[in-house]
Amino acid sequence: MNSIRARLIVALIAAVGAVWGAGVLWSYHSTQIQIEKVLDSRLMESARMVSSMMAERGTTFAPPGGQSPIFQDGQGYSRQLTCQIWTLEGTLVSSSDNAPPQALAGNMEGFSEREIDGELWRSYTIVNPDLGIRVSVGDKVDFRTDLIADVIKGLLLPLLLMMPVIGGLIWWFVSKGLMPLNKMADALSGRDASNLQPLPATGVPAELAPPVTALNALLERVEQARGRERSFTAYAAHELKTPLAGVKTQAQIALASGDEQIREKALAQILRGVDRTDHLVRQLLDLARIDTAGADTGPTAIRLSELIIEAADDLAFMQTQRGVRVVLEAPEPEPLVSTNSELLRLALRNIIENALAVSPRGHAVSAIVGEKDGQAYVSVTDDGPGMSAQELSSATARFYRGKNSGERGSGLGLSIVEAAMATLGGTLSIGNRPQGGLEVRLAGFRKAGGPGPEAKALADEPVAPTAQLAAIGS
Amino acid sequence: MRILIVEDDSILQDGISVGLGMAGFTADAVSTVEDGRLATCSTFYDAVVLDLMLPDGSGLDLLREWRKSGKTLPVLLLTARDQVAQRIAGLDAGADDYVGKPFDLDELAARLRAIIRRAEGRGSGEIVWGDLALDPARMRVFKGDEEVELTRREFGVLRLLMSRAGAIVEKSTLEDALYGWQEEVESNAVEVHVHHLRHKLGRQTIETVRGVGYRLAQRAVQ
Repeated sequence: MNSIRARLIVALIAAVGAVWGAGVLWSYHSTQIQIEKVLDSRLMESARMVSSMMAERGTTFAPPGGQSPIFQDGQGYSRQLTCQIWTLEGTLVSSSDNAPPQALAGNMEGFSEREIDGELWRSYTIVNPDLGIRVSVGDKVDFRTDLIADVIKGLLLPLLLMMPVIGGLIWWFVSKGLMPLNKMADALSGRDASNLQPLPATGVPAELAPPVTALNALLERVEQARGRERSFTAYAAHELKTPLAGVKTQAQIALASGDEQIREKALAQILRGVDRTDHLVRQLLDLARIDTAGADTGPTAIRLSELIIEAADDLAFMQTQRGVRVVLEAPEPEPLVSTNSELLRLALRNIIENALAVSPRGHAVSAIVGEKDGQAYVSVTDDGPGMSAQELSSATARFYRGKNSGERGSGLGLSIVEAAMATLGGTLSIGNRPQGGLEVRLAGFRKAGGPGPEAKALADEPVAPTAQLAAIGS
Repeated sequence: MRILIVEDDSILQDGISVGLGMAGFTADAVSTVEDGRLATCSTFYDAVVLDLMLPDGSGLDLLREWRKSGKTLPVLLLTARDQVAQRIAGLDAGADDYVGKPFDLDELAARLRAIIRRAEGRGSGEIVWGDLALDPARMRVFKGDEEVELTRREFGVLRLLMSRAGAIVEKSTLEDALYGWQEEVESNAVEVHVHHLRHKLGRQTIETVRGVGYRLAQRAVQ
């Protein structure tokens, strides 16, 4: 049963029923005790009365079975109450007409119970030694039971009649109490996909306030994400269409101009424009790939230096063109790290590309593999102009271009790195080096497997790590 | 006609500059909002070609700033987004027209001529003064029924004089309108162009207002 309403109704009815049941049981028990007490004291008083009347009036007995004067004034309970007067020797002196022929009790004073002709009798006996008689007054136990049953019936009947009314009331109140939930559901289901307005937070019952607040917070986050997506689309359109417009314009110039020099320059511009568009499209695709990659491809155990070498090889042409080399520095032996090599290669390629773009000719870009707090990191440094505080703060924003980003820069490189590191669960830090230039550090790579005994022995030795220096790809 | 191009993409900027130059415009190009602001302070432009997304801000903000300070110079927006809302925002901010990237150079030139013409308060493209008729779109000039061959600069001088017919046009204004920043201006360049124009159109066509500038002669109106 997965409905709050049904659960509440059933639980409430069950609870009311259980309380009632307990009440009835308690009433039954206490009624029983009270009735026993009252009837017992009636037996006792009646016996005493008969005994004292005998003492006052003298012992004029009716013959057994005859009507004794004592019993002539018919009392209210005469049909239920039975009296016998016996001599102490055991002769029945007198009895009420509804009395059984057998003795209700023996010569013992006080209460006793005895079965006569299959019926249980309870009686009270008084012995009067002066008159030489005993008086027994009794009633049938069945009569007592009937009386109690009648009282309980009287209690139960109205309760049973009221049960449907109570059930109806519970159903109505529960439905009424759940109305705000239905209202909220109606308000949400009536919306179209673009309506991300928050739900009204005023007039909401206290119990609904937390889900409404949480829902509104979610709606706000979705709205923000959609805003980012919209601005990303707008930027992407601008960034793609601008070089296209450039290429088209230059093509028109090349077609229209009779001047050979202008034509050649326009054609060269078209080539540049196509290169840049290609670069931008590749970066957009990289970004899309990272955004959708997630855990598609599992981690592999790889050495960071291998990825750096691959990324630098990709950029071999750029290294030659810019006259800047990539220099790798890695510990020996280098531990394996567990990571998604494709995403990390993408990130490294973009960092090294940026470093190459800003480095002065003849300088080198260093890629250093190291270890800190048991985790591996890569640090890429250049001798370029570095970044201003403002550039640093927006460096990873999509389509943000710093003033030294060069004409190839699409403003996506560091966004790609950031997105890749977010997916990999590592960290990206960018900072200016004290000696000038920029340092970009990717950290938080877990080492693949635990260190073996040999590796441990090596790690314990207080030896300076031997560096492996190599120029790659040029 | 002197045009300012505010566009940060170097290839597109170069393309528009060269293309508009071929269409008879004189173009200066800058790539940031700040440079655009400075350029319009120091130089008179007949129109501005303005990109929306610039490295140091939005072209729309620059446009709003101009309109707020009372600058009425015609502005043509380059938009990448084909969305109607974007164009409405641009036009509401005070733009006179827009083209979506990628655009056709001839269309860009035609739209520029149209917004300049509207700004000068003329309905048709052709400018007429007396028996002279000038067609800015085709860069052609007629004296009576006869076409007169003019160079690009001569055409520029005549166009400026005709568009402000009867008013004196200062020599410096003519220089500004004809030469971009990168071009060296000989001190007597304008005089040389006026001399050639007088030779082609008749000596009395252009009057020299000594120490001030030039204007079209009233006698041409007949």
